[in-house]
Amino acid sequence: MARSTVSGAPVKSQARRSRALGRLVFLGPGLTYLIVLLLVPLALLLSYIPFRRGRFGGIVYELTGENFTRLIDPLYLDVVLGSLKIATIATVIALLVGYPTAYLIAQLPRKWKTIALVAIVLPFWTNFLVRIYAWIILLSGPGLVNSTLMDLGLIDKPLELLYNQGTIITGLIYSYLPLMVLPLYAAIEKLDPQLREASANLGARPARTFLSVTLPLTLPGVITGCLFVFVPSFGNFVVPELLGGGRSIMVGNLIRDQFLKARDWPFGATLSLALIAVLIVLLLLQAWSARRA
Amino acid sequence: MLQITGVSRRFGDITALSEVSLEIRQGEFFALLGPSGCGKTTLLRILAGFEAPDEGTVTLDGEDLLRQAAHRRPVNLMFQSYALFPHMTVAKNVAYGLEREKLAGAEIRRRVGEVLEKVGLDTMAGRKPQQLSGGQRQRVALARAIVKRPRLLLLDEPLSALDKKVRAEMQLELKRLQNEVGITFVVVTHDQEEAMSLADRIAVFSEGRVQQVDAPVELYERPRTPFVAGFVGANNLFEGRACSVGLASDGLGVLPGVSTLPDGTPALLAVRPERLRLDGQGVLRGDVVDVSFYGGVSHVSVRVAGRSTPVLVATQGATQVQAGSPVALSWSAGDGVLIPQ
Repeated sequence: MARSTVSGAPVKSQARRSRALGRLVFLGPGLTYLIVLLLVPLALLLSYIPFRRGRFGGIVYELTGENFTRLIDPLYLDVVLGSLKIATIATVIALLVGYPTAYLIAQLPRKWKTIALVAIVLPFWTNFLVRIYAWIILLSGPGLVNSTLMDLGLIDKPLELLYNQGTIITGLIYSYLPLMVLPLYAAIEKLDPQLREASANLGARPARTFLSVTLPLTLPGVITGCLFVFVPSFGNFVVPELLGGGRSIMVGNLIRDQFLKARDWPFGATLSLALIAVLIVLLLLQAWSARRA
Repeated sequence: MLQITGVSRRFGDITALSEVSLEIRQGEFFALLGPSGCGKTTLLRILAGFEAPDEGTVTLDGEDLLRQAAHRRPVNLMFQSYALFPHMTVAKNVAYGLEREKLAGAEIRRRVGEVLEKVGLDTMAGRKPQQLSGGQRQRVALARAIVKRPRLLLLDEPLSALDKKVRAEMQLELKRLQNEVGITFVVVTHDQEEAMSLADRIAVFSEGRVQQVDAPVELYERPRTPFVAGFVGANNLFEGRACSVGLASDGLGVLPGVSTLPDGTPALLAVRPERLRLDGQGVLRGDVVDVSFYGGVSHVSVRVAGRSTPVLVATQGATQVQAGSPVALSWSAGDGVLIPQ
C-alpha cells in the first residue's frame, strides 16, 4: 500500500510532464513563428504610438497624445468611415451573391459538389496582384468591357469604369467571395434537409422556411463568412491602390502612406491600432455568437 | 378516404414503388410494413409531397393530393429523426405549424398547451430539443404533427429510436391518442410486432410491391404470398405441390393443409411453430437439435430427414423434451396454409 503511493506519485507527475512536453512539441513551431514574426514587430510598432515624428522622418521620443487626437480629425475619420462603408457594402453584396451559390452547391450530387468547390477556390491558385491587374485590363478605357459595349453599339464613348468606389467594391468582392462561400457551404451542408421538409410539412412556404429555419441555423456560417470578407477588405490597400486610382481612400492606403510617403511612423502605428481594435471587436462578436449557437 | 392508385416511382435503375394501389379508410390506423428499402418510406414521402410519383394518382377525400404543394396539404408527417427545430423551444416547435395558419396568439397558446398536456410534456414547454430524452423528443414530434389537426397523420418509423421499454409505453400512448383525436394514421415500420399491435390493417411491402393488405390476425393466419409467410412472424415453410389434402412434398410425403389451389400447383405449406405438436401420431419424425426457454414459451428445433432447415416448434411454458431425443411432429390440417409459389 505504502509502496504503491510512493511509486504512484512520481509516475503521475512524469505522465503530466510528458504530456506538457507533447503539447510544446506540437504548439512550439507555430507559437515561435507567431511571437517572433507577428507579436514582436507589432509590439515594436505600437510602441511608437505615444511619440511624434521627427522633421525628416524618424521618431522624436517625446511623449504626446496628439496621434489620438488626429484620429478624430475629419480628414482621417472620413477615411476610416469610408473604409468601413466600402468593406460593409462589399461584405453585404458578397453575402447576397455567396449564399445562393453555397446553397446550390450544397444541393449538388457529391461528385459535382467537389468540382464546384474546387472551382470556387481555383482563383487562389493565381497570384492576387495578377488577378487585380487583370481587372484593370478588363475595365480600362480601351479594355474588353468598353470595347465590347462599343462594338455592340450600346455606348458611343468608353465608360469610366476604373478608379472609383464601385470598382474598389467590385475588386474586393471578386477577391474575397470564395472566403464567403466556403463557410456558408459548410454551414448549409451540415443542415439536416429534413428540417426544411418538416417546415414545409407544417405549412410554411419556401420563403418562410428560409427565414425561420434555414437562415437562423446557418447564421454561424453567415457571420464567419462576413468576417472572412470584411476583415481583409477593411484593411486592404492593394485593391484601392490599383483599382481606386491610388488616392488615400481606405485605411490600408492611409497607413501605407504614413509609413512610406509621409514618414510618420507614430501616426501610422496609431491608425494600425485603430484598425486592429475594430477587428478585435468584430472577432469577439463572432466568438460570442458562435458560442450562443 | 385516401385512395392510392397505380403509383410507381423509379430512381434510375431502382424501382422504389411499382403500381402500388391502396385504399385507406377514415379514422383507420394503417401500417405500411416491410424490410428497409422496400419502398414504404418513398410512398410516405409522396403522400407528404416531398417526392412525386412517375405514374399513378393519390386522392384525399376525392381531391387530387399530388397537385397540391407540400406546404398546402392537410397531411402532417412525424419524421423518423423527429426533425425538431433545434433553435426553438418545445412550445415554439409545436406552435410553428399553427403560426403558419395565421391564428391568433391566444388561440395558438391554448392549443399548444392542450396538446403538450395530452402528450405529458406541459412542464417541458420552455426546453430546447437537445435538453430532452429520446422519448420526450418523440412526443414533441408527435405533438407538433397532431396540433394542426391534419386529416391524415403520417408516422415514419415513429418508435425505432426508442429503447424497448419506452417503446412499449409509446405504442400504447399512440393507440390511445389515435382513439382520442380520431385522425387517420398511416405508420411506416419495419417492425412487424409494432405493426401488428398498433394497426387496424397492414399492407406488407416487398421490393416496391404490395404483397398483401389485411388485418393483423388474417395476415398472420392466412399469408397469401411466400414473402408474407416468411416475413410476418416465424413460420415453417415446406415446398411441394398442392394436392386435395394438403401438400405433396418431394421428400416428406403428404403434409396436411387446407388447399384451394388446383392439384399439382407448385406451392408452399406454412405452419406456425405454435401450431405444431410434439406428441401423438406424427406426420413428421425427427431429432431435437436445440431447446431454448423464453419464460412464457419454449422453442424446440427439430431436424427432420429430407429437409435442410430444422423445423421450429413453440410450446407453452417449459418443455420435457431434450436435445437429441427423437420426436414426432403433428398439426391439424386447418393450421397448414397453402401458398401458391
